[in-house]
Amino acid sequence: MEEKTPDLAGIEKEIELATEAADTSESLRAVRMGYLGKGGKIPSLMKSLKDVAPDMRPAFGKAVNGLRERAEELFAAAEAKLRSKEMQARYERERIDVTLPGRQRKKGAYHPDTLIIDELVSVFAGMGFEIYEGREIETDYYNFTALNTPKDHPARDMQDTFYLGADFLLRTQTSAGQVHVMESKQPPIKILSPGKVYRPDDDATHSPMFSQMEGLVVDRGITLCDLKGMLDEFAKKVFGGNVKTRLRPSYFPFTEPSVEVDVSCFECGGKGCKLCKGTGWIEVLGAGMVNRAVLKNCGIDPDEYTGFAFGMGIERIAMLKYGINNMKLLFEGDVCFSKQFRA
Amino acid sequence: MKAPLSWLKDYVDIDVSAQELEEKLFSCGFEVEELIDVGRDISGVCVGEVTECEPIEGTHLHVCKVDCGDRGVFQICCGADNVEKGIKAPVALEGATVYATAKDHVTIEGVMTIKKGKLRGMLSEGMLCSGAELGVSGDMFEGADYNGLLVLPPSCSNGEDVKPLLGLDDYIFDISVTANRPDCQSILGIAREVAAVLGKPLKEPDYSFRTVKSDRKIKVTVTAPELCPRYIAHYVKDIKIAPSPMWMRRRLALCGLRSINNVVDITNFVLLEMGQPMHAFDLDTIEGSEIVVRRAEDGEKITTLDEKTFTLTHDNLVICDGSRPAALAGIMGGLNTEIKDTTKEVLFEAAKFARDSVRKTSRSLGQHSDSSAIFEKGTNEYTTERAAKRALHLIDALGCGTVTDACCDVKTPYSDTTEKHMTVSPEKIDALLGIEVPVSTMKDILRRLNFGVESRDGMLELTLPRYRDDLFAYPDIAEEIIRMYGYDHIGSTFMPTGTITNGGYSESQRAVNRLKALLVEEGLYEVSCYSFYSERDLDMLHIPEGAPERQYIRVLNPISEELSVMRTFLAPSMVNVMLRNLKRGNFEGAAFELAKVYIAEKLPLENFPDERLHLVMGTWGSDDFFALKGICENIADGLNTKFEYVPAVRPFLHPGKTAEIVCDGEKVGYIGCLDPAVLEEIAAERPMVLAEFDYELLKKHAKPFRYTPMPKFAEVQRDLALIADADVTCGAIEKEIKGACRYVSDVKLFDIYSGNQIESGKKSMAFTLTFTPKDEAFTGEKIDGFIKKILSNLKFRLGVKLR
Repeated sequence: MEEKTPDLAGIEKEIELATEAADTSESLRAVRMGYLGKGGKIPSLMKSLKDVAPDMRPAFGKAVNGLRERAEELFAAAEAKLRSKEMQARYERERIDVTLPGRQRKKGAYHPDTLIIDELVSVFAGMGFEIYEGREIETDYYNFTALNTPKDHPARDMQDTFYLGADFLLRTQTSAGQVHVMESKQPPIKILSPGKVYRPDDDATHSPMFSQMEGLVVDRGITLCDLKGMLDEFAKKVFGGNVKTRLRPSYFPFTEPSVEVDVSCFECGGKGCKLCKGTGWIEVLGAGMVNRAVLKNCGIDPDEYTGFAFGMGIERIAMLKYGINNMKLLFEGDVCFSKQFRA
Repeated sequence: MKAPLSWLKDYVDIDVSAQELEEKLFSCGFEVEELIDVGRDISGVCVGEVTECEPIEGTHLHVCKVDCGDRGVFQICCGADNVEKGIKAPVALEGATVYATAKDHVTIEGVMTIKKGKLRGMLSEGMLCSGAELGVSGDMFEGADYNGLLVLPPSCSNGEDVKPLLGLDDYIFDISVTANRPDCQSILGIAREVAAVLGKPLKEPDYSFRTVKSDRKIKVTVTAPELCPRYIAHYVKDIKIAPSPMWMRRRLALCGLRSINNVVDITNFVLLEMGQPMHAFDLDTIEGSEIVVRRAEDGEKITTLDEKTFTLTHDNLVICDGSRPAALAGIMGGLNTEIKDTTKEVLFEAAKFARDSVRKTSRSLGQHSDSSAIFEKGTNEYTTERAAKRALHLIDALGCGTVTDACCDVKTPYSDTTEKHMTVSPEKIDALLGIEVPVSTMKDILRRLNFGVESRDGMLELTLPRYRDDLFAYPDIAEEIIRMYGYDHIGSTFMPTGTITNGGYSESQRAVNRLKALLVEEGLYEVSCYSFYSERDLDMLHIPEGAPERQYIRVLNPISEELSVMRTFLAPSMVNVMLRNLKRGNFEGAAFELAKVYIAEKLPLENFPDERLHLVMGTWGSDDFFALKGICENIADGLNTKFEYVPAVRPFLHPGKTAEIVCDGEKVGYIGCLDPAVLEEIAAERPMVLAEFDYELLKKHAKPFRYTPMPKFAEVQRDLALIADADVTCGAIEKEIKGACRYVSDVKLFDIYSGNQIESGKKSMAFTLTFTPKDEAFTGEKIDGFIKKILSNLKFRLGVKLR
């Protein structure tokens, strides 16, 4: 039997050169088939093991296996190198101009009133206020009489209210909803009531229709300090953390004591500017302790419960917050105006 | 309410500046809308004595030497005709500011700063001033209305600032008085607050007067006591009509009233000072010396002082003499009983009239006066009594006439002059305010506000000020205390005794928010339109007579015809929004509005109308019917439901491009392109598409989301190309396909064509059908079977064939 020791080192060298020479994945795969594929050089060597002298077989087998492992390494390394090269080429090919304009799917926008109402609701919802949406067409009783507005009060005059019939009118204030709520449930009551209200005024800061947000709390032991505490929180959340509130005496038939609430000017920090007309303060809402007569009218015992109420103009807040100078813009539906409130 | 500082000082020793007083009034509830500095534009003007005065030849001018005391002697050229040696006059030296007047030397045209200059070649170092140039009228300073120099009294010293001398160092507080404080519609009322806030005593005006025995009897009858609870008439004789003294004219002038004569001025002065309108009748014109206060007869006429004639009704209260109306009660006197220069005998009236009666009469006749303004806010009988006395005091003190003892004071059953008491608990006041106010402080504040205060068993027994009609319960007292104690004492607490409640939007409110969010994501802008529109808006949309949209609720007192009826649907507002945008050059866009419509069960209203939330969407410009329909489809998806679109007709929509939107068999809305005829009529140059939903109906069809197990077996899709008659709708084909095979989960049109390769009157439609298996995978044969069934149904029912 002819003894011939195959040149394993030579084959390894051959593979090294061949993998280096292959410049595409295709050619590399062909080379690989020649050495590692079925009938390739290395499997053939394994087959020739039986021809090797028995005492030589372990050493030869080990050497061939070593060659196979080495070959696998070489092919893997070559493949990785080629792939990286090919990917680089692809990246270059596919390069884009990232500064070209994006394809935007244009969103619409909410009405500023919706934005403000939503913001206010989120502030007050956290304080436990439920949202109540009342009627816009009310009777004289709910809009005035039950709210302690005596029959000969100037606010009831035709000048200040839109009438729809002998007894029916467009509510002039969201406070009208208070009465419906208090008639329908006993305290604790904590409601927030946004909605449209109507008054026959029409100029840059008045509109025959506008929106208000009414807040009402009736419970045991509610104080004026509680009103102040809640308004402080509101002012901070809506106008900024440094904003302070100030109460000053006022009059509303349905609250006693009644207050006007000013916030320190968020534009100038209270130093005085155009927005606050140099006073450092901006009037934002009216409030007060619910008048005993109103509680009584609604069947709530004023000796057991006290409460506070507040009401603010949504458009006024929107105009202050967004710097809108004419109330009419809010009701025209001009998309050039609307576009500015994409949120 | 205008209150001059100088006048307030009559009643209170004010030792703070006008600005400080403004702050104090503000803090106790009296907002000063404007603090008017009477002499704001005048500065650097002093008293000068003309020591030499020579005419400049060929002119009307004089060259003068003017001695200005410590300031020196100046040469001034002067064109006034009353300049002469020895007089004293205001001198504006270099740098002084005075009013510039027009050629008439009276009309103020602005403020000017005095400079040295030359007149006709003569040096002039300043200006000798007229009253007009200093803004001083004849009512402010005697002789100041002379069109020439304002001659000052010889007693004033040369070089002295003229502002105090002419009353130009004064301030006027223009105060906003809240509706609960009619007692503060007067100088005295404000003075009471000033005294309280400064902690000073109030000096009451003098109410004393002398009387002589009357030779005439006065009779007053009140037949409408509900409108006139109290009527006081007092007879004054030997009237000497004359000008009022300077001090009174000046006060009236500061408050914006013109001086007439002493008698009329006294009524006006008392109105301002006490807040009680008064009236003076010429008694000789009062038939029978008798006053009857009654409701006017329907059709009765009166001519008021300003020579306007009114026809009255039973709702109007009149003051009559023996036979005819002599005054419109609380509003204005009659021309027939007016005070004239020849008037010898006067009947003074001080009365309380019901405020709503005065207001209604004043509004219905369109006749307003200072008097009606006060009565409308409410007057108090205590003040009525005192005002009558005050007027008589002034008559007596100023020598305008002789006050007699003939007085008729009618207290009707509606009169109420009783002293009011209230017992309050300091603890309850503290509990309402949330702070502890020392009881001694409470008592002090209340006493300063003229309450009688006694402590008994831990309670405060109060006697209320006679002029206050706004105090009913302890919170009113709490307010009096806190407004004087200071709202800065109110701290911040967070309802420590309150019950914890769960807040936020309800589920139905959240659904509305989700809908809005969806529409905004779809590119629509939310708009808000007025809840009222015009009948013309309905005409614009061709809404026929008798249509439900015309069953609107009318506003009885609209501000204009455009805003006169309540909306019954939202389309007109949306069309107007789109039109407005087109006119402003916004040639395309999309908008929506979620708002209420108002549906009356019966007109005129007897019950609360139905307020229904509607959603309207509008697109204009390039978007077509299907773009908006796509949005409707997304709305359906958002509600987890499906809409059907049934061809329909609406008066304002294109008859071939309109559908009723149906959900679970109920009509919930419509969609369509605005009728091109309407577009033409409103001159809209781009197409508009509209959709409107009755949201109250729509929301009922929302279905809760539930998980359906995902298909175990793969879905199979097949495309079908069909030929159909042109009038067969896509919806009908889809319905037929689904009806033919229960495994069809989706039918989607992906191509539609009519033209060359298609027989005329026909169209080609290509659909992708999705078959979803349930219990076993579908074989090709099984699907073929389904298709066969589908095609046979389509052919049989709709005449649709495979292409």
